[in-house]
Amino acid sequence: MATVSDVMVRTGRRGELGLLGLAVAVAVLARGLVDYHADFLELDELAIYAAAWAAVAGAIHLAIRRWASYADPVLVPAVLALNGIGLAMIRRIDFAYASRGRETDFGQVQIIWTLLGIGLALGVLLLVRDYRLLRRFTYTAGLVGLIGLLLPLMPVIGTQINGARIWINVFGKSLQPGEFAKIAFVVFFAGYLVSNRDTLALAGPKILGMRFPRPRDMGPLALVWVAAMLVQIYERDLGTSLLLFGIFVAMLYVATERLSWVVLGLGMFGVGAVLAGTLFSHVGSRYTAWLHALDSAVYSSGASEQLVRGLFGMASGGLFGTGLGEGRPDLVPYAESDFIVASLGEELGLTGLMAILTLYVIIVQRAMRTAIGVRHGFGKLLAAGLGFAIALQVFIVVGGVTRVIPLTGLTTPFLAYGGSSMLANWIIVGLLLRISDQARRPEAVTP
Amino acid sequence: MSQLSITLLRMGFLVLLWTLVLSAIAVLRADLYGTRITARGRGRESRREHDARAEKTASPSRAATGIRTGSISTKDPSAGHLAVTSGPLKGTTIPLGTAPVLVGRASTCTLVIDDDYCSARHCRIYLEGDRWMVEDLGSTNGTYLGNQKVTDPVPFREGDVIRIGATALELRG
Repeated sequence: MATVSDVMVRTGRRGELGLLGLAVAVAVLARGLVDYHADFLELDELAIYAAAWAAVAGAIHLAIRRWASYADPVLVPAVLALNGIGLAMIRRIDFAYASRGRETDFGQVQIIWTLLGIGLALGVLLLVRDYRLLRRFTYTAGLVGLIGLLLPLMPVIGTQINGARIWINVFGKSLQPGEFAKIAFVVFFAGYLVSNRDTLALAGPKILGMRFPRPRDMGPLALVWVAAMLVQIYERDLGTSLLLFGIFVAMLYVATERLSWVVLGLGMFGVGAVLAGTLFSHVGSRYTAWLHALDSAVYSSGASEQLVRGLFGMASGGLFGTGLGEGRPDLVPYAESDFIVASLGEELGLTGLMAILTLYVIIVQRAMRTAIGVRHGFGKLLAAGLGFAIALQVFIVVGGVTRVIPLTGLTTPFLAYGGSSMLANWIIVGLLLRISDQARRPEAVTP
Repeated sequence: MSQLSITLLRMGFLVLLWTLVLSAIAVLRADLYGTRITARGRGRESRREHDARAEKTASPSRAATGIRTGSISTKDPSAGHLAVTSGPLKGTTIPLGTAPVLVGRASTCTLVIDDDYCSARHCRIYLEGDRWMVEDLGSTNGTYLGNQKVTDPVPFREGDVIRIGATALELRG
């Protein structure tokens, strides 16, 4: 009789060690090139930096061996490489600003955020020994997410920076609670959908060969849609609303296998986006800057200046880039955060940018593979949701910078300057490591 | 540093980046974890797993084909296998060696069918010379080869279908 059995799984820890070595080499060489072109290269300092990177990578490796020995071997090296490239690029932009008389220390701050983020990821591994534990906090997570989204609107702690009210002030540091709300919402959606997917998938009338859900089952979708639209209206944050809604629709599709949800979701977002574009001037001006970016009237009014400068930067990079430290990425406003993709495109060229995007593809693919491998429905949805969170965020940022979609202010995961994003994305990595560890662990080893 | 070495370093960085990407993909290639389907002789223990799978595949869209072929590893691929094409065990395949296959409701049978219309020891499929034969073991509700009720041992050729209650068995090459 044919039976289904698990293959002896390779833990892949040795492969991970080799990849970590390569990732450290990428990070150190990037910084070396940046320092050399800024006439700042001191080999002693570079050696210390290299040793620190090796120590951090080694610590992560040992922690994974100890606490999640079957975790995915490719995830951490890919993330560390992206992080290293980001650190070098931010430092390079610091130098560029300094040569124009603007003193910034984004690079140093970002190193601290990176270390904190890695610490958080290891903390997640240590604290969450079984991801199924998170299912108990389904509705708590939903509430936490909602509060996180609403915090910036509070009078005292909420602050408005560059027209978007998405920051809060804590201990003199500004944080974006929306980044963390994203994770809480993924936990909530996963827990909610794993309990309710059958009613969402099976009941309802059939129109044009697609089974549409019953109106009363539409409640959660409508609720999240309204929440996303409110965020867009009150906080002027197009990116987060698009991200949240995208994650929800993707997870609904994963949970129910019904294309009708995707059609409905895209339709609702389309209606919402058009309405917002006609009703609110700040959204409308984004659309204009996107569609008519190269019109001289739009450009000289300043609406599309950043976008167009980024495009020219990437164009001057060409196929192989100007080389790290040899371009002028600082000519683009916010070259270290929103437009770090354009900066990288200029200095590493299409070849380098494609490598970076492939690293993201690998990370997302690992999340999806974990979702396929894990046995528990909640874990499947959680892993898929976290994967979609990273994928959509990269799409929204890179799409905005390359003028595929309207520009919105989201951070590029692991690359861009920004503490909240760094911490939140490392938490996602910690969760994915935990789920993949449980997905790949052979049945017999599980207690 | 000379202009040449700077250019080399610049290109070297891109090469290093792609080395990382490609070796990550190589690690993934070597890391195809998951499940393997193997042959096993006993019926009872594995039955539960198959019941679960049969329920999952019971959607009408799969009814046309139903069987997963190609994912079976037998020791001798030329020996063929027995596929369950309908009934509660739908989707199960049994690789055929030289040993006879006993079908019935009793736990001692090779293929255990949980069906009220199936007798404890229902029928036997065995190798005679180089062809397979099917023999009814005095079942209450009978074994059917095509439309013909099986009484004496009859040849069971590739592509033939045996019906036992709601279960259909097909011999495949």
